[in-house]
Amino acid sequence: MGDIAIKVEGLSKRYVLNHQRASGDGLRHILQEKLTSPFRGFSKKEQVSSNPGVSNSEEFWALKDVSFDIKQGDVVGIIGRNGAGKSTLLKILSRITEPTSGRISIEGRVASLLEVGTGFHPELTGRENIFLNGAILGMKRVEIQSKFDEIVGFAEIDRFLDTPVKRYSSGMYVRLAFAVSAHLETDILIVDEVLAVGDVQFQKKCLGKMQDVSTRGRTVLFVSHNMEAIQRLCKTCKLLENGSMRLEGPSTDVLRKYLELSSTAAKQATFGAKGAQYEIKIRVFDATGKPTRIWRYDESLEIRVCINARVPIDEPVVDITFYDARRIRLIALEGAKFINCPRSVSGEWDAIFVIENPGLTLEEIIIDVGVRTRGGVYFALLENAAMLSSDFSSVPQQASAGTLLFPHVTHRWEPTAKPRSNQ
Amino acid sequence: MEKLIIEAGRQERHYWRDLWRYRELFYFLAWRDILVRYKQTVVGVAWSLLRPFLSMVVFTVVFGNLADMPSNGVPYPLLVFAGMLPWQFFSNAFSDAGNSLVGNSNLISKVYFPRLIIPAGSVVVGFVDFLISGVLLAGMMLWFGFAPDWRILSLPLFLLIAIATSLGTGFLLAALTVKYRDFRFIVPFIVQFGLYVSPVGFSSSVVPEKYRLLYSINPMVGVIDGFRWALLRGQCDFHLPGFFVSLGVTMVTLLTGVWYFRRVEKTFADVI
Repeated sequence: MGDIAIKVEGLSKRYVLNHQRASGDGLRHILQEKLTSPFRGFSKKEQVSSNPGVSNSEEFWALKDVSFDIKQGDVVGIIGRNGAGKSTLLKILSRITEPTSGRISIEGRVASLLEVGTGFHPELTGRENIFLNGAILGMKRVEIQSKFDEIVGFAEIDRFLDTPVKRYSSGMYVRLAFAVSAHLETDILIVDEVLAVGDVQFQKKCLGKMQDVSTRGRTVLFVSHNMEAIQRLCKTCKLLENGSMRLEGPSTDVLRKYLELSSTAAKQATFGAKGAQYEIKIRVFDATGKPTRIWRYDESLEIRVCINARVPIDEPVVDITFYDARRIRLIALEGAKFINCPRSVSGEWDAIFVIENPGLTLEEIIIDVGVRTRGGVYFALLENAAMLSSDFSSVPQQASAGTLLFPHVTHRWEPTAKPRSNQ
Repeated sequence: MEKLIIEAGRQERHYWRDLWRYRELFYFLAWRDILVRYKQTVVGVAWSLLRPFLSMVVFTVVFGNLADMPSNGVPYPLLVFAGMLPWQFFSNAFSDAGNSLVGNSNLISKVYFPRLIIPAGSVVVGFVDFLISGVLLAGMMLWFGFAPDWRILSLPLFLLIAIATSLGTGFLLAALTVKYRDFRFIVPFIVQFGLYVSPVGFSSSVVPEKYRLLYSINPMVGVIDGFRWALLRGQCDFHLPGFFVSLGVTMVTLLTGVWYFRRVEKTFADVI
């Protein structure tokens, strides 16, 4: 098989979820259940899956029939939403948990980094923790000794080496933790979302270190929600969805597809004193008029807020506000600042914002919509009305993450056009 | 290049080799627990002297003076302490090992290594405490002017049995506690109960002859009798058939412990 480092065939993992079990897996419960083997009663599970409504446990496939090969020296990103099975996959590959079925063969020594600072003990000093953590990650004592100075230098904690880590600031703590992990040397490295530590400067350093690692001919599996990091580090990507392999291929293609899938569909909501007096929807279209969830750096974007007013609204104003993933406000577009608002609307109307030069590079852009009268009476506030993602492949090289241009926006109202009312 | 196969229900072929390979982690975990054990205590390591010493005083007064139990000519405090030493080792190792997996759940859910290392590490920590208290016994022997004879050479054998008993019960208990936290409440009870059932405060010669075999089902009976025989110049009667019963129980416990532990080990990360 030569140059294949990891071969995964038909891998599945099932968990049994227990609902409403106050006593957990306590003895009393088992004594009550008696008879059936407490560990792997297959007959019991089959019964469970046939009528999940009645029983208080149900099964859940965290991974279902996943197969793939990874070549030696490849740096592969694994992406997917929360709960897609990424962590389960890594846990199985690292032998922390056992698969329910399937087979994996791995050539070479594996080290996995599912968390920074696993096993750090608060009472021990930085020096002691370096040795302890190194041993936990599978390093030999001599190996740690030879890298000791490098680790300390990388973490920038030399002055506090002999202080118990419980007295460290949280920044120092994670820096030290990452530094130990970053100096692991094995044929295969499995990494789960560990870059998001420390301040911006240190994050850059971590990313640089990872890049360093990945160019040295080692096989790296890398799970992250940081699309930019994935794009930079990994040549190929695998997209997991609901426990199955959805897509594999060059990172750029897989990432683009993932962004399209992951940005939430437009939300809709109804408001009003007597039930559904007003209905509000938000939709986003790209430059060609197709619905989209991707925010491209250099293409115009059209945001339509559709209002179905069964009771007329006088002097309506629509505001939209853009937030980043941490809900820090980026831009607010106030409809009242634009002159062409209608005097009154009833029936279906669209308030349209066209953003000519989006020029914003963020992982996620969240949109809130508010509908009010010019006088300030709010009819509706739709939070997280839509979530868009930046397509990093559209970002020019010189623009770094977080770039924000001042967009040119036009705003108009028009009665909802028929073909668009049914998306 | 080494090759690794992961498959459902597959017995790790290299488990014991892995265990050997991870021996450094084993040292480090034990070292960590020893370092941390008496951190932020005023008396520090002296606790491992103080605890057995105080219990010894109480037992000497209650069993030796008040109940006036026989001691075969050995100073009663020595009789008690020779039994207290292995008992404290066992009870510390047993209860620490029982909680060890749950206490290290962050490691278990994030890193692979043969899990046997964790409870075994707790036994090592207990053993270090044991060695420290051993110094106290030597001091007491000097005080009473009671020198052991050639029989002390057999002490390592009994020590080995004590370790085997602690490991076996520790593995079993640790694995059970992962799934059934009930054992956390059962353990203090077992330890307390065991202290009175085992011949710690008295010589096992007070047990009627016909019950000696039955009594020896408690594996610590063999260990404690052995310790006394080795340390106290054989001046306590050593019941050989009973010793073999205890030894047998120890072996069975150790094998069962390892077998059960290995069987459920792979589910730890999911259950813990």
